[in-house]
Amino acid sequence: MNSGALLRIRDLKKTFAQPGGGRLTVLEVPQFELAAGEQAVLIGRSGGGKTTLLHLIAGLTSPDEGSIRVGDIELTGLSESGRDRYRAATLGYVFQTFNLLPGFSALENVRLGMSFASGRHDIQRARELLDRVGLAERADYRPSQLSVGQQQRVAIARALASRPRLLLADEPTANVDPASQQQVIDLIRETCRDEQVALLLVTHTMDVADQFDRVENLADINLAFKAAAGMTH
Amino acid sequence: MNTLQIAWRNFQQRSLASILTTLSLALGVALTVAVLSVYGIVKDAFERNASVGYNLVVGPKGSPLQLTLNSVYYLSQPIENLPYTQYMEFMTKEQRAEQVRRFGGPAELAEREGAYSAYIRGGFAIPLALGDFFGPFRVVGTTPDFFELLRYGPDVDQPFEIAEGRFFEEHSDQYGYFEAVVGSRVAQEMNVGVGDEFFPTHGDPTGHGHDLGFTIVGVMKPTGTPNDRVAIVNLEGFYLMGGHAKPIDEEDLSEEEKAALAEAETAEAEDGEAGGAAKFKPLMIRQREVTSILVRTGNPLFGPQIQNVVNEDIYAQAAAPVLEINKLMNLIVVPLLTALMVITVITCVVAAVGILVSIYNSMSDRRRDIAVMRALGARRDTVTTVILLESLLIAVIGGVSGWLLAHGAIWLAGGYIEAQTGIRPGLFSTSQYELVILPLVLALAALAGLLPAMVAYRTDVTKNLSA
Repeated sequence: MNSGALLRIRDLKKTFAQPGGGRLTVLEVPQFELAAGEQAVLIGRSGGGKTTLLHLIAGLTSPDEGSIRVGDIELTGLSESGRDRYRAATLGYVFQTFNLLPGFSALENVRLGMSFASGRHDIQRARELLDRVGLAERADYRPSQLSVGQQQRVAIARALASRPRLLLADEPTANVDPASQQQVIDLIRETCRDEQVALLLVTHTMDVADQFDRVENLADINLAFKAAAGMTH
Repeated sequence: MNTLQIAWRNFQQRSLASILTTLSLALGVALTVAVLSVYGIVKDAFERNASVGYNLVVGPKGSPLQLTLNSVYYLSQPIENLPYTQYMEFMTKEQRAEQVRRFGGPAELAEREGAYSAYIRGGFAIPLALGDFFGPFRVVGTTPDFFELLRYGPDVDQPFEIAEGRFFEEHSDQYGYFEAVVGSRVAQEMNVGVGDEFFPTHGDPTGHGHDLGFTIVGVMKPTGTPNDRVAIVNLEGFYLMGGHAKPIDEEDLSEEEKAALAEAETAEAEDGEAGGAAKFKPLMIRQREVTSILVRTGNPLFGPQIQNVVNEDIYAQAAAPVLEINKLMNLIVVPLLTALMVITVITCVVAAVGILVSIYNSMSDRRRDIAVMRALGARRDTVTTVILLESLLIAVIGGVSGWLLAHGAIWLAGGYIEAQTGIRPGLFSTSQYELVILPLVLALAALAGLLPAMVAYRTDVTKNLSA
């Protein structure tokens, strides 16, 4: 066990109700850790529970059993508003589909990333982040006026706006054109390194995974997947 | 970004739907404010002008409301006339003797106190003679006491003031009895000023013109009362115009009265030849009539008493303007107000439903935005507040725009309103009734925002993030 771990998962179990009755176990992770500032990639087949794991770490949904601890915060013991505060202050999230708000400019989307964390309303920080992702000149552009790659760069800036300690990136290159994919990965990794932010990136692209020192296959750490695979065989 | 900025961005993002919803609300509010405002302005003005320093109006028997309307507001038609001797009943014995000496009349009039004189000790009685017009404006014959003793304003303490010239005198060397003072609106609309002469028409604005004219010696400052819309002339001059003297049977006259009458007719004939008005002799008491008398009792407690005493008279009645206006309000205006308030509530509810439909319809499009905000750390009550604020933004913008629109329209229609009521509303003249509209709209908008806000509150974050 890594005593300096930022993220510690123990005996995590998540089930979903099935249409025909009963519950399907999609995640059963005995142990998973990520050190502060560490960068890791999580690979796995589509529908293997990667996004569910990220949602659990983000506190967007609750596990049936187990513990998720980020720093000193035990997520499973938090109320919903406590998890909201945790997401606002501790966590950054880059979505596969960017999820920029269409009515807001690039700068406003980045500012939105710090709007819900108390004491972090720093417009200068938002401008610096846009500058870092190369979009200082397009701060007032709406998402519809930006290319797909530019939109994902705004989403990265937004995810880092509130100075999180952990960044979750869910297939960040899945909707980006091939020419921009490497730029996006480089940007995420460099920015996280500069900001001392731990990174857990989910992908199914081996070209992306191969660039990371630590690659975890969800199939290896998820007992539910193994059980399902065993039943299949 | 704070929640208000986020709500404003949402409003802008759906600009067409937002503007149309706001416009529909603004029109509803404008309609309601306009109706209630006009009602309130007119009602306030009626009530305020019901007291211009006097508490009773005495006139011929008939409708007390009509008496109030024509003597206080110069609306409607005068009922009839009272003999001048009714006016003299408000005078002391000495004052009555002076009247007989000045104008000529039965000697017995000077031998007793006026029947009502005791009630108005410390107060006043001012005669009015109505019936003529200057253009569309009424001509009011009265005495200089009208300017000296009457007061107006919220505390009934403001004297009439002259913007140009002076008030008329009982008799001047220059114009004799034919001086006039015009209200501010009369001067403006008839384009007249000090030194101009006008010839009143008899009976109605299109009636025949009198041969004798009045010279304007003063223009009053605006008062916001019906007096802005009248030409006030010397009562003595008013009497001297053709057809204004009450016909008398010479057989009823005493020798002194016959001699005075002959002297007056001779002087008038000579003056007519000379082409001036200075030598006219005032009418005799028997030839005089008044349309009404504005009375302030010395002690307000005497008001009901004198009213009862006057009402026992076979010719005269006394009306309390405030009571008459209140009766009019309760009989016609209060039910009208109730109907207007119901329409107001319905209009506001319809507008609120418009807000509800507009925002609710957009909720399916913005569930993803809400989920994103939640994923960024927004609490449930934060996204709920954003939706409620958006609803309130529509209400505030629509409500204020509607209010401004209504007052702009009222201001533009000020001339028409004044022509109908005698009151010219200002751009920001507000009534107490419209003050309820904005809070009502805001409350209903908040209520309308609740349902979509609940949708926002219950938005499933994980489901909508991957939608």
